[in-house]
Amino acid sequence: MKNQKKTKRRFKFTRDDLDLTLISLPTVIWFLLFAYLPMFGIIIAFKNYKLSGGHGFLYSLLHSEWVGWSNFTYFFKSNAFAMLLRNTIVYNIIFIILGAAVAVGFALMLSNLRSKLLSKTYQTMMFFPYFMSWVVVSYIVYAILTPDKGYLNALITHLGGEKVMWYQSPQYWPFFLTFMKIWKGMGYGMVIYLAAITGIDPSLYEAAVMDGATKWQQAKYITMPSIKTVLVMMLILDTGKIFYSDFGLFYQVTGGIPQSLYTTVSTFDTYIYKAIQSSAPIGKTAAASFFQSVCCCVTILIANFVVSKIDEDSAII
Amino acid sequence: MKSKKTKQINQIKKSTDVCFNIIFLLLSLICILPVVFVFSISISSENSIQKYGYQIIPTEMSSAAYQFLWNEKGTILHALFISVLVTALGIVISVLLTTTMGYVLSRPNYALKEVYTWLVFIPMIFNGGMLAGYVVNANILHLRDTIWALILPLAVSSFNVVICKTFFKTTIPDSIVESAKMDGASQLRIFFQIILPISKPILATIGLFAAFGYWNDWFQASLYISDKNLQSLQSLLNNIQSNIEYLANNPYGGLSMQQYKASMPTESVRMAIAIVIIVPIACVYPFFQKYFISGLTIGSVKG
Repeated sequence: MKNQKKTKRRFKFTRDDLDLTLISLPTVIWFLLFAYLPMFGIIIAFKNYKLSGGHGFLYSLLHSEWVGWSNFTYFFKSNAFAMLLRNTIVYNIIFIILGAAVAVGFALMLSNLRSKLLSKTYQTMMFFPYFMSWVVVSYIVYAILTPDKGYLNALITHLGGEKVMWYQSPQYWPFFLTFMKIWKGMGYGMVIYLAAITGIDPSLYEAAVMDGATKWQQAKYITMPSIKTVLVMMLILDTGKIFYSDFGLFYQVTGGIPQSLYTTVSTFDTYIYKAIQSSAPIGKTAAASFFQSVCCCVTILIANFVVSKIDEDSAII
Repeated sequence: MKSKKTKQINQIKKSTDVCFNIIFLLLSLICILPVVFVFSISISSENSIQKYGYQIIPTEMSSAAYQFLWNEKGTILHALFISVLVTALGIVISVLLTTTMGYVLSRPNYALKEVYTWLVFIPMIFNGGMLAGYVVNANILHLRDTIWALILPLAVSSFNVVICKTFFKTTIPDSIVESAKMDGASQLRIFFQIILPISKPILATIGLFAAFGYWNDWFQASLYISDKNLQSLQSLLNNIQSNIEYLANNPYGGLSMQQYKASMPTESVRMAIAIVIIVPIACVYPFFQKYFISGLTIGSVKG
């Protein structure tokens, strides 16, 4: 009886299905407009877009000449390309490794604190930067780094040093950016690993104590192996996003990327954003943007493949 | 009893505990103090800033920055209004769009389930890129200089839809839906009258993600908004240089424009605006933290 009902459902679009379709219709429309329509924007990268007078964007686009891969070769041959690729990837590698080390380390320490109340308080305070926008953070950074009034230079001159023009000294920025990224993301990462640690069966620790295991040994042989899956998952998912950069970090924290820092702090995202804001030909910008999307897609698929090899259930496909 | 005892034995040494506490105290300070710095600047007088630079304890305190914001309350309150409006509308739209899709995906017998799963999944691994999104929003959907440019592009994320789907699938027994159907309730009624009321945790989580996303957004505004009337607090702060001039365009108290501009506490004003943005978040997030965390942990479980 039940089976019959099921087979019937499979072939018939029931009243129920109609209802469900109606409920989800707005979201489907959203997906089509905001997620799928931009995918067709890819054709801009293969066109030399020229505005035809008196016509709209779409008409102009469709009537612009096809230029094949020339927008791409232009981007690959430009001076910016190697620099952007290097910055985006190297910064991300540093952020991923350091971010995970900091989050796991502090989560381990926090889970061992004697007072649960203090542990909760620290957690709340360290989560705070995560909830601030990069614009607000950029003002904090400005308050600290601005050369003639900032806190850092005040401290340096107080200790008898020379003032440093921070915003004109690219050599310091990899450290500043890494620091800010870790500072803002520390609480978030910690919370994820802390959740994994609190989920570990307490009887494992009890048994270990019976056997006379020290705290170090417990961390090494119980805690770390238990959170390994989460750790590997997070690392791989982050690696999947290696061609994306945290736009706000690079753009806002540096104060809109001054010329003196350009080669040190530019990434694909800031490059594309600056191109959108300027009057650069949109075909060339589209090529850069599309290149980034494709790389992201490939890295995500590879990352997912690796995840599925390690842990079938954690893969997104 | 036994477990309690082992727990006591299994604590870290007192000295280690003190060390850890000191480390975390320092870390907490590093996370909180910068905001105090910004606040100190906002209550410093312009004079002392010019003389001594930024100070943690200002030599000369002044409420000039906040007074200035108060004098310009028309503009500030308007920006606050836009921020609140965008956040409020954004929460409603985002929660509705996300939960409906999550619910539909969680129905085991839905006819289009396969298609929908792909519809939601593909954007997770591929998107048109920043430029294509910009072109579509600006030139095809004509969202430029409308409030929708601030709301719609951020309304749904596939990740949140999956979180919702997982939640509905694991916490709502099929029998509830089935028995309601037996009683002749339509899916629309089931969703709004039965499912939503018992799904408060997920509504809170999605609503919270949305709230922080919208309140903190400046990126959409920087791309699509040039109309001063649609500036949120974040974009006001983002464009502060031009905005301090703009704020000063309504001279106050019988001063000429030049005098007024010269008397403006520019340094402290921008820090004061930052404080105006931070305070609501700082007041709210400790209470909602647990919903945020539950969302993050649901998200790491596949449905």
